[in-house]
Amino acid sequence: MVGPVARLELADVSVALGGRDVVRGVSAEVSEGELVVIVGPNGAGKTTLLRAIAGLVPARTGSVRVLGHDPARVARRVIAQKLAYLPQHYELAFPFVVEEVVLLGRYARQRGLGIASAEDLAAARAAMAACDVATLAARRFDELSGGEARRVIIAQALCQGAQCVLLDEPTAGLDPAHARAVFATLRAQCDGGVTAVVVTHDLDLALRHAASMWLCADGRLAARGAPDAVLDSAATRSAFGVPIHVGTLPGGGRFAVPA
Amino acid sequence: MARGSSFISAAGTRLTGRRLAGTVALCALATLVVGGLAPLIGTDTTGGAWRHSLLPLDAYWRDTPDHVVLWLRLTRVLACLVVGAALAGAGCALQALLRNPLAEPFTLGISSGASLAAVVAIRLGAERVLGYGAIGAASLAGAALALGFVWQLGRIGRQLPPATLILAGVTVSMFCSSASVLIQTTSDFSDVSHMLVWMVGGLDAVQLSAVEIGAPVIGVGLFVLIVYARELNALAAGPESAASVGVAVARTQSVVFVVASLLVGVAISLVGPIGFIGLIVPHALRGVLGPDHRLLLPASMLIGAAVLVGCDTVARAAIPLERLPTGAVTAVLGIPFFLAILLRQKRSAAMWGRA
Repeated sequence: MVGPVARLELADVSVALGGRDVVRGVSAEVSEGELVVIVGPNGAGKTTLLRAIAGLVPARTGSVRVLGHDPARVARRVIAQKLAYLPQHYELAFPFVVEEVVLLGRYARQRGLGIASAEDLAAARAAMAACDVATLAARRFDELSGGEARRVIIAQALCQGAQCVLLDEPTAGLDPAHARAVFATLRAQCDGGVTAVVVTHDLDLALRHAASMWLCADGRLAARGAPDAVLDSAATRSAFGVPIHVGTLPGGGRFAVPA
Repeated sequence: MARGSSFISAAGTRLTGRRLAGTVALCALATLVVGGLAPLIGTDTTGGAWRHSLLPLDAYWRDTPDHVVLWLRLTRVLACLVVGAALAGAGCALQALLRNPLAEPFTLGISSGASLAAVVAIRLGAERVLGYGAIGAASLAGAALALGFVWQLGRIGRQLPPATLILAGVTVSMFCSSASVLIQTTSDFSDVSHMLVWMVGGLDAVQLSAVEIGAPVIGVGLFVLIVYARELNALAAGPESAASVGVAVARTQSVVFVVASLLVGVAISLVGPIGFIGLIVPHALRGVLGPDHRLLLPASMLIGAAVLVGCDTVARAAIPLERLPTGAVTAVLGIPFFLAILLRQKRSAAMWGRA
């Protein structure tokens, strides 16, 4: 039997920022169609780990592979066709409208002046529908609410058409319904073969939608595995300083709350 | 979609091939009309009195005394067209690169560096030894030196953060203008008026041979900037977001910065430092056409050319017998614009927050 193909491979990755190791000796793999969430306290190195996978910050030691490529060395255009990255903060210097912002995600697939093709427009419309921002298409991005802007950027990442997506706190600032919808969309993308790695503080949604969970503490992966097992572990308790209670709802659904 | 209803307005619409072609054609037509009419406008000082005069359109082809006057003015208009396009194109690209609508050849120290080099060359008498071209060459070298210095001063490792770059630019700019003034005040009277051209900018001394050399260089530079328009769009979200959608950020920053500075250097070597064209034109057009640089860059170049021709016609013909320095005219017309941008930015408190 052939196992699932590893899309992302991290081998003993350490990343230094300002002379200090922020990520230390992380080794892990993410397979095709897998939805991995990274949880951990503030300053644990989650964002830096994600940026290292995206090739936006070089690994000091160890190796990062995205579909076999080193993302910090291969041309950005090549990486962007395989991997989309949603940063934690996104601010535009000029007043582009929503549709233009989403279409920026198609950069790596366009040539010449990059006038949007039928294929580009179809990808953008599908992504905007999935993120519930289709009705905002003609609105100025800088005039959106925080949650709306967040959803637009998620749509930009999805319309990139990459096999791997990395999202840094996609649900920050979103109302509960839209936060759940974002995870449901990601789940559907992963069922279609996309590999997703998501940094989040939304433990409850992570528990329900993720296939596996990485606990990041002090730059290391302190625990890895099924979300309920990781949330229930002693490592999680010590990392957050409070125990996380994982329970079952009367209807059978799971929930996670700080106890 | 209310704001997106008109053909030209960009609000609420993505760029289509039809809109790009239509808008660029319209801008080109406007520039052609302004450039074609400007040489006909002037003053008549014959007969002891002065008055405004308008040459007949047939002066273009009929062999009359008017024809000679027209062709003399045409050199000046041609210089304005290429310099205006270069300054507006470079300003637009630098604003995108630095994510700052106030970025301009002046704020980056390039203009002052070029001025200082020209002033030094005049003080040393380079013109008497090497001819008129020596001053132009010196100012080009000054622009390049100032750029190199600002680049080294502003960069942190391989990164080029907008805030430190502007800070470095302003520092170099202050130093160069002060040094120019110091040199000017200790110079001969005959040199001082000559220096003034290189410190304020004017087209009285521009020669067709210089325009013939400068125009192709500027043309190539402008083309390169348009090639990078899509990268500049992506950079509006910052270097990291641009990189994550596939932009080669370091290459884009280097190429655009060097090309924009070269454009400014060549423009200054032709006519001296002319300010505010690179600031006003892209800013005003961004409000009308939207921020997409695939449209904004070519439109800025064309309208920048037309605006400088207009300003120069005012400088040339507004007060007969007194030719105003064109750079002073653009500055006087431009400063209210600059203040308006500044006030609006202040109100939204976004100017440095987004740098």
